[in-house]
Amino acid sequence: MSKDIAINGDAAVALAWKQVDPDVCAAYPITPQTIIVEKFAEYVSNGEVSTEFVCVESEHSALTLCVTSASAGARTFTATASQGLAYMWEMMPIAASMRVPMIMAVANRAVSGPININNDHGDVMSARDCGWVTLFAENVQEAYDISVIAPRICEHHDVQLPGLVNLDGFILTHAIERMTPLDEKTVKDYVGEYKPLYPLLDVKKPVSHNLMDGPLFYFPHKYQTVLAMENALEVTREAFRDFEKVSGRKYNVVEEYKCDDADCIAIVLGSSFGTMKEAVDQLRSEGKKVGVAMPRLFRPWPVADLAKLMKGKKTVIVMDRHLSIGSYGPMFPEVVAAALENDDMPKMYNFIYGLGGVDTMVSDFVSVFNDAESGNAKRVNYVGVKE
Amino acid sequence: MSSLALKDLSKLPVRLASGHRLCAGCPESIIARQILMGTEKEVVVSCATGCFEVSTTIFPFTSWNTPYIHTAFGNGAATCAGVETAYQSLKRQGKIKEDIRFVAFAGDGATYDIGLQALSGAMERGHHMLFVCLNNEAYMNTGIQRSSATAMGASTTTSWAGSVMPGKKEFPKDMTMIMAAHGIPYVAQAAPHAWRDMIAKSQKAFEINGPAFINAIAPCPRGWRFASDQTVEISRLAAETCIWPLYEVENGTDYKLSAESQRIADGKLEKKPITDWINSQGRFSHLKEERWAPVVEKMQAEVDRKWDSLLKLCKL
Repeated sequence: MSKDIAINGDAAVALAWKQVDPDVCAAYPITPQTIIVEKFAEYVSNGEVSTEFVCVESEHSALTLCVTSASAGARTFTATASQGLAYMWEMMPIAASMRVPMIMAVANRAVSGPININNDHGDVMSARDCGWVTLFAENVQEAYDISVIAPRICEHHDVQLPGLVNLDGFILTHAIERMTPLDEKTVKDYVGEYKPLYPLLDVKKPVSHNLMDGPLFYFPHKYQTVLAMENALEVTREAFRDFEKVSGRKYNVVEEYKCDDADCIAIVLGSSFGTMKEAVDQLRSEGKKVGVAMPRLFRPWPVADLAKLMKGKKTVIVMDRHLSIGSYGPMFPEVVAAALENDDMPKMYNFIYGLGGVDTMVSDFVSVFNDAESGNAKRVNYVGVKE
Repeated sequence: MSSLALKDLSKLPVRLASGHRLCAGCPESIIARQILMGTEKEVVVSCATGCFEVSTTIFPFTSWNTPYIHTAFGNGAATCAGVETAYQSLKRQGKIKEDIRFVAFAGDGATYDIGLQALSGAMERGHHMLFVCLNNEAYMNTGIQRSSATAMGASTTTSWAGSVMPGKKEFPKDMTMIMAAHGIPYVAQAAPHAWRDMIAKSQKAFEINGPAFINAIAPCPRGWRFASDQTVEISRLAAETCIWPLYEVENGTDYKLSAESQRIADGKLEKKPITDWINSQGRFSHLKEERWAPVVEKMQAEVDRKWDSLLKLCKL
């Protein structure tokens, strides 16, 4: 085991990449992802990785190169954020339908307009229907760890889907935290060798990739992606179990904090999970039975785990760091749907918060719990916005 | 192999099988087969979305007897570049032994318009790939809409010849010159009637150490409105009228004519008037009306201007 280091989230992702040593990386700069590719480019320049590193002319080409490189039979990584992901969007469902297990880190940032470089989940949420395995990190350690774990999940032959590793822009990408990395051999052994299925460069067995489907085949092919995504749930649990063996760090598809005996729980993604734990501790000291949970795995959506979590709870709060304008926050309907698996529905409230990087403090989350429990909350609430 | 003898070419593997669904008289399969005759090495083919892509790969069938990949429309060059990058990495690491070549096919929309950025980027980065534009001068796959490769005066479904408009009002973008300006090792303009010239250019393109671009004119019976048995003749006429000069540019500076274009420059072949070109295709039929005579004059003047400029570049 290596000793602790002080490192920011972007550099931690780059360190994980260096240790995995992918065959190809193609990327385009965008704040707050830049440190990942800058740091990785440094590893390339110093011969510390065997990666073919391509500085493309756009995010559309970045994702295209990654998709076809992975199709060709190379382990391939990239990173983006916000507008970059928006520009890539055309290629997102194509990547999933071509079943390429490439990995993309997303330094979560608000989507224009107005233009804003700070954190929210607008970028990843607009990609949620595309068929990518999606993981969230709470802190720098987790950004590193899930960067190591993601290829294990996505490259599994029962899955074969692209993967997103989400870390909150600036809050994690640029914040220096203490972290315990693994040594390189442990990472390489854990991730294993990339064994592509039907690689394009196997020229002795020529294959055609991404053909045109009529209605007869399009839907059944999409359904195969659904099955692959369902498989990803069990494969993720297995990858987490194996990771614990080599790192001592235990991960769950849904992380819980003081939820067991709680009457009221909140569900949140990303770095706010840490802030909400503080809020829970404060309220607990006042004798309130509250808890908080984070779906570390957002795709596939862990319905059974969430249903179990919500069973018998009086109140469930869903924190969304994005808007589906004209509807609820994007996660709220999904949590409600998971609650339908139980006989009794809790009271459920949606809180939209922190858009465009608005700081959401422990005190704000304490108010969220209090409003939900006191009956002052509406169905959808906008934290800190004068309505 | 650098032989251009028919008996040698006939022994090359057939990488694009017959039975595809291109229209009768479509030159795209002719051009692709000529291009693929340019190397005996393993070839990975990529296509941008378009006529050629949809006609050769309708699931569960494929016409490709060589590795083939397609992703989307505006990223033909990036699609090929990603495979080539994977190859460079795996080859360097000793995980691939074969010597492989890479070719991207794209229509004029996917080259001149929506694909220009990805193409320019790929050429600048120096991927070892050949990008071939199957230039039928409009968006034929979606139903003959104008592109920036469409000829002035051509009637298309978004630039109709009407009572006040003579078809497309603008001259096409000179994509071959734009690619030459990238200073890449090899750029050429070719046409399928000049098969020997096309294959020779393809051979050069596959063997140079870097990116290459071939702009192949692809007369489209449906979109240009001519009989489907006239494809090769129309292609020849493009060279004979100097609408589509056949030439190559090495390293962005060394220009050289070939085939009919060389013979016209040498005074051994007559340069035919633009009216021969206009009269051969229905997309220009309105230009026979007296009121559009100034448009025809303008077209001839532009052909002459560009031809003279090309002769200077070729130091002739």
